[in-house]
Amino acid sequence: MPNGRHIIYDYLRTTKRFPHMWCPGCGLGTFLGAFLRAVDKSGYTKDQIVLISGIGCSGRISTYADFNTLHTTHGRALTFATGIKLTKPGLKVIVIMGDGDATAIGGNHFIHAARRNLDITAIVINNSVYGMTGGQVSPETPLDVRTTTSPYGNVESPFDICKLAEAAGAAFVARSTVYHVKLMERLIGRAIDRKGFDVLEIISQCPVQYGRRVGLKSPVEMLQWQKDHAVTQEKARGMSEEDLKDKIRIGALVDNEAPTYQEKLDAMKQSFKGVE
Amino acid sequence: MQKAELLQGNDACVRGALAAGCRFFAGYPITPASEIAHGMARELPPLDGTFIQMEDEIASMGAVIGASLAGAKAMTGTSGPGFSLMQEHISYASIAEVPCVIIDVMRGGPSTGVPTHLAQGDVMQARWGAHGDHPMIVLAPSSVEECFRLTVEAFNLSEKYRTPVVILTDEVIAHMREKVILPSADEIKIFDRRKPTQPPEWFVPYRDPGTGVPPMPAFGEGYRYHVSGLVHDEMGYPTTRADEVDPFIQRLFHKISRDFDKLQWGEEYYTDDSTLDIVAFGSVARAAQRAVKQARERGMKVGLLKLQVLYPFMRRKVTKLMRNSPTILVPEINMGQISREVKRVNQGKCKVETLNKVAHETMTPQEILDKIGEIYA
Ligand SMILES: Cc1ncc(C[n+]2csc(CCOP(=O)(O)OP(=O)(O)O)c2C)c(N)n1
Repeated sequence: MPNGRHIIYDYLRTTKRFPHMWCPGCGLGTFLGAFLRAVDKSGYTKDQIVLISGIGCSGRISTYADFNTLHTTHGRALTFATGIKLTKPGLKVIVIMGDGDATAIGGNHFIHAARRNLDITAIVINNSVYGMTGGQVSPETPLDVRTTTSPYGNVESPFDICKLAEAAGAAFVARSTVYHVKLMERLIGRAIDRKGFDVLEIISQCPVQYGRRVGLKSPVEMLQWQKDHAVTQEKARGMSEEDLKDKIRIGALVDNEAPTYQEKLDAMKQSFKGVE
Repeated sequence: MQKAELLQGNDACVRGALAAGCRFFAGYPITPASEIAHGMARELPPLDGTFIQMEDEIASMGAVIGASLAGAKAMTGTSGPGFSLMQEHISYASIAEVPCVIIDVMRGGPSTGVPTHLAQGDVMQARWGAHGDHPMIVLAPSSVEECFRLTVEAFNLSEKYRTPVVILTDEVIAHMREKVILPSADEIKIFDRRKPTQPPEWFVPYRDPGTGVPPMPAFGEGYRYHVSGLVHDEMGYPTTRADEVDPFIQRLFHKISRDFDKLQWGEEYYTDDSTLDIVAFGSVARAAQRAVKQARERGMKVGLLKLQVLYPFMRRKVTKLMRNSPTILVPEINMGQISREVKRVNQGKCKVETLNKVAHETMTPQEILDKIGEIYA
């Protein structure tokens, strides 16, 4: 805290946007703090960053932060990001989505954005549920969990967002929980620094629409759950498949170098100059 | 001196877009619009522009909006089924006031319909397909030359009013080849979106400067602001306050309707002394023009108004005809869509006859002539 002032105050909008609309105990505030600190360390100016979000509680983040901000449609933030990045490759494009946003309605956009390997940082805030619309089942809700649209228990299996991203071609894939706030900040920073398509899954808590339905009565219990269930990559290496079954791997899971869309495009355009 | 060329309607749309300064195209293949994508894929990269084939039409429209927000003139092209998928983001472009151009080459529908055949069934979709109350500008060329000219104008209007503009062509116009002499670059008038002139600290992104159209900076130009599909206040932040929502929606409509008189683009043939007038657009207007000529040769006083702007509907020109003609005939390749608009503005002044064909093939001059004969009899 240099000069006794939180770094985040330099990045939050001061106009009539506060207080924010998130419920007490929501993980989004903690995430936003870590995100802004990571951006501050990254060296990018506010003018160089475009922050894009989808629709949902997580989608509101773009309203609060002082960048070039774009609050898009449900599930389709990555498509807008694609147009922006291709038009102004010099801008740092960061996309924030909810789990329903990214993997249900936006699932197709998600895998294709990963496949293209554009220089975009995609962050999925996974709270296992549709927060904004009243706690409906999401593609991230675990089996058997009762939600407002799975009142007798969820019969569908969830996606592993990181595996999905890896299979689709994302160059960098990482996961953190909101509880592991330092790790979260470091991973966001790493993703912003890297080129290529980065996917960061953040396991977050929704006490109001999710926690109370699965017997986690307070935000503290939910954070405790995150702490108990997360294992680092190093730790996971020494564990059996059986022990890892209900665990969440955190840390950098995939880190590949691959030519980005822009690099391939630049090479193609170079060839036009050759013919002249 | 520009040379004569043999061009297809879809090609002319590509040429028009490039002439207007379009440097971004995102799309998804669909007949009978694919040649637009082919042309853009070929022409844009050497101009340092961007072509991208997206995973679907929703994504295409999203990318187009993103590109426009980043400062590019951007476009997509599709046909009925893809146009339906685009509606979510056409609505977004409307509320967020993002200039962009969408070409819908109409084909036989509903659904997959009669894929490569002709229809004019998307008129209402073009006007009302997107959710929520929103204004819409829809242009309809009826020749290869007009494909070029109206595509240039579509970009000009979208930039001027910060609004999505739809170009409705049909399979015949899109695939027909005609000899054209396209204007040279200095003969074409180009309108670029207004940018803010004040320093960023003073910038209020959605304040009405008096024209109804706030200036629009591109992302990355130092004017950090918020763009949203939520109804927003002058700063761009979401609002539910009636005293902010109402003026906002009103402004969206008024920024276009205040120039209503300037948007009466249509060509009239023999309407000075006519007692029966035809109102038509697209490929049907061509057949109608022929039918009118033949009717005149037989001594029938028939006129034609060819609509080039479908929306905002050209009430001024249409009602002017109604003052002189007891009957208006509206031929179209659908079950009656533009005829509804003609009836709406008629208000009992005259009789509105319709001629509808849904066999998904062209309307012939003879069919229109027969109908004229019937009305005259
Ligand atoms: C096309 C469309 N369908 C549905 C909605 C309604 N809707 C808004 S947010 C949301 C789900 C939010 O869940 P998630 O993406 O997981 O984000 P969270 O609110 O939990 O952060 C839905 C279904 C919408 N806005 N648009």
